[in-house]
This record gives sequence, structure tokens and C-alpha cells, in this order.
Amino acid sequence: MEFSNKYIFSFALLLCLICSLAVSFVHVSMRDMQVANAEADQKSQVLQVAGILEPGVKLTGEEIAAYFEEIDELVVSRETGAVIEDGDFAQDPRSVAKTPEGGVDAPEVHSKATGVRRLANELRAFNVRVEDHECLVLEIYGNGLWSTLLGYIALSPDTKEVRGITYYAHKETPGLGGEVDNPKWKAQWKGKRALDDDGEVLVEVVKGPAMDLEREIDGLSGATITSRGVDSMLKLWLGDDGYGPFLKAQRGAL
Amino acid sequence: MNKATKKILVDPLHVQNPITLQVLGICSALAVTTKVETALVMSAALTFVLVLSNVSISLLRNKIPGSVRIIAQLSIIASLVVVADQLLQAFLFDVAKEISVFVTLIITNCIVMGRAEAFAMQNPPGKSALDGLSNSLGYSWVLIAVGLFRELLGSGKILGYTVLESSTEGGWYVSNGLMVLSPSAFFLIGLIIWVQRALSPEMNEES
Repeated sequence: MEFSNKYIFSFALLLCLICSLAVSFVHVSMRDMQVANAEADQKSQVLQVAGILEPGVKLTGEEIAAYFEEIDELVVSRETGAVIEDGDFAQDPRSVAKTPEGGVDAPEVHSKATGVRRLANELRAFNVRVEDHECLVLEIYGNGLWSTLLGYIALSPDTKEVRGITYYAHKETPGLGGEVDNPKWKAQWKGKRALDDDGEVLVEVVKGPAMDLEREIDGLSGATITSRGVDSMLKLWLGDDGYGPFLKAQRGAL
Repeated sequence: MNKATKKILVDPLHVQNPITLQVLGICSALAVTTKVETALVMSAALTFVLVLSNVSISLLRNKIPGSVRIIAQLSIIASLVVVADQLLQAFLFDVAKEISVFVTLIITNCIVMGRAEAFAMQNPPGKSALDGLSNSLGYSWVLIAVGLFRELLGSGKILGYTVLESSTEGGWYVSNGLMVLSPSAFFLIGLIIWVQRALSPEMNEES
């Protein structure tokens, strides 16, 4: 069948119009649900790392919201450690850090070890006040072997003890570096000494089995680089260039 | 059911299977089959896209100018894929997080384009829907079979339920690490092809 050029053009135009209308309609009508899903997912990660929620258990939106009544979302200054009262918690420090006014270049030791080149001026933290699960939850990220690992670490309110760690996004090799997800491995973290009185980072991922059980974590076998990445990111985020000043302020406040 | 309809319905399951005979859609068959759950969701997404794309392309088959037919088919397929992905993100968020990238890659899945070009452009909507459905089923059963073996042997579970207690969790089963990596899907699909060809020698090419 022969079609005129005019027909072909109008056909293409009409088809594109219909397709784009359909796609936009679905996107707009689903958006609220998707945003709610993403938020609930993120919040249940926080509940998990704080030990409130067992892995694999799913809560409804209301149950999560009920817990979050007792969890403060804090925006803290990375340099001074002070809580910024009118801070915008919705801003992701990871993307803000890349803007010229939102962050600074990371010191070379850290950028080499973790792949984090820019540090945001404002970081996010959670102050969990849920009974029997009081803790501080901090955002941590840094490079493993294949990917950037994104996660949370929970510290006791006096910042001296690790309460838990979790990674919610990574693309490490399943069975090797991917074992950062393994509940057995994560369970080791609970109760390790996080920081000493001067704010020095004590907890450490070692190669092979941990000797000093107070503060060492078994390295993941077959995943030296991922293990090293986890260790480096702890040094960065718990140290002076990360949440150090904030943690110090928390210790002082007790 | 007449013979022609039966042929449309049954052939893609076995002798014209899109994965094992035509060797299409292999990329996703490797990527989403580490677990049965992701294989199931991926199969559902492909079924959704393939049936609807076949029907809509078949409805338009006399209206689509030949000179722009490929891009017209692609626009329809791409829109359907975006819709499928959006629905997954809204209703099955946990699974969508894992397989979202592969769902969007359905756009380039040769099964969808192949059926549009080879079948939907020449046949009425009813038959095209049937063809889309049977091809999706042909794709799905291979995916689910591969997923079953990989999840069982790789992590000792089926659909997340522990079947073989793995040694990392205190059991006896030392899981097969190869099974969680992509190459194992090639081995499994190879084995399926072998069995199929042994059962139906007419699938073999003339030498």
C-alpha cells in the first residue's frame, strides 16, 4: 500500500501523541504510590538498622509512620556537628555535595579509599527514641568493588557502641561481596566498640577472622576490596570529616 | 479448536520456543533468573507487553506506513514497557527495585519486536493476542524453570522458602556459587535445549 508523505507524517505525529499521553497519564496517576513506596522502603531500612524491625518483615505505611513519631530526622552541620533546625531533610547530601556551594572536596585519604570525592556541608541523621531501641542512625556510603554501597549504621546514644549496620543498595558480587547483606555477618556488628572517648574510630573490618572481638569484624572471604571499602567508609563517616563533630556533640550532651 | 489456532498456541511452548529454539530474549533470561520470584515478575511483565503490543500493532497493521513501521512498532512497545515498569514500581516495589532495569530492557527484547514484525503485522487482533500469549508462556516457562534450579541449587531456597538448609545458615547444604552467577543460566538453557531436541528431533537443523 502506498501512503502519501503527508499521511506518514501525520500518522507518526498522532502515534507519538497518543503514546506520550498514555505514558504521562500512567506516570502521573501512579506517582503518589511510587513516592510512598520509596519512602516506606527507606524508612523500614532505618527501622531495621535500629533493631526495631526484623529483616524481611514488612510494615504498613501507618505502622512505619507510628514508629517515626518517635524518630527525629535531623539535618546536621558536618563541620560543627550542630543540628540545623530549619534544614531541609528531603535534600540528599550525596547530590547536594556535588554542587559548588553544597559541599567541599574530600581529603585525599578518604577520596582514594572510598571513592567519595565531595562531602556535603549538611548531613542527615536520625535520632531514634523508640523504647529499648534508642540510637543514632547515620547515612554511610562509599565504593566497594563494583559499585557504591549505600547504607546506614546505628550507634548507641553515647556513640560508643555499634547497634547495627545495613546496606540497602549495592551491586557487589552475589555470594562474595554481596554478603554484606548476610544477616549473620551483620549480626557481628552489634555491640562492637565504635568510638573511644576522643572520637577515634575503633571498629574495624579486618582481613580474615576477627581477633579482637571487642572491636574487630571478620572480613568477607573472597571480597577483600568490598571489606576494605566498608572499613574505609566507616573511617570516613565516623571520623572528623564525617559525622565526627556531630557525634562529639552528642557525647557532650549526655 | 481448529488446527491453525492450536498451532499458534502450542508451537511457541516447545518446537518454536522463543528462547530455546529462536534464542531470543537471552539477556533477561540470564539476568533475572537467580530467584523464582524475579523470574515470575519478569514473565508477567513480558506477557503484559507482548500481548498488548501484538494486539495494538495488529489493530493498526493496515494503517502503519511500511516506511516507518519499525519505529512505529517501537514507539508502541516502548510506551507499554514504561507503563509496565510504572505499574511494578507502584504495586510491587520490592521486586521492581531489583529488576527495574531489565523490565525497561524489554523494549529491546527481540521476542516482542519479532512477534510484532512476523505475526501481528499480518494477522487480526484475536490471533495476535493468542500468539503473544503463547510466546510469553514459552518464554515464561523457560525462565521459571531456570529460576527454580538456580534458586534451589544456588541458595537452597524456592520462592524465598528454605528447602535445603545452607551451610552459611547452619545447615548441611553447601550452596553452588556458580548457580548465582549468570553463566549457570547458559548451562541450564543449554541443557533444556538438549532435552527438547532429544524429545523432538524435528527441531534439529538439517546438517
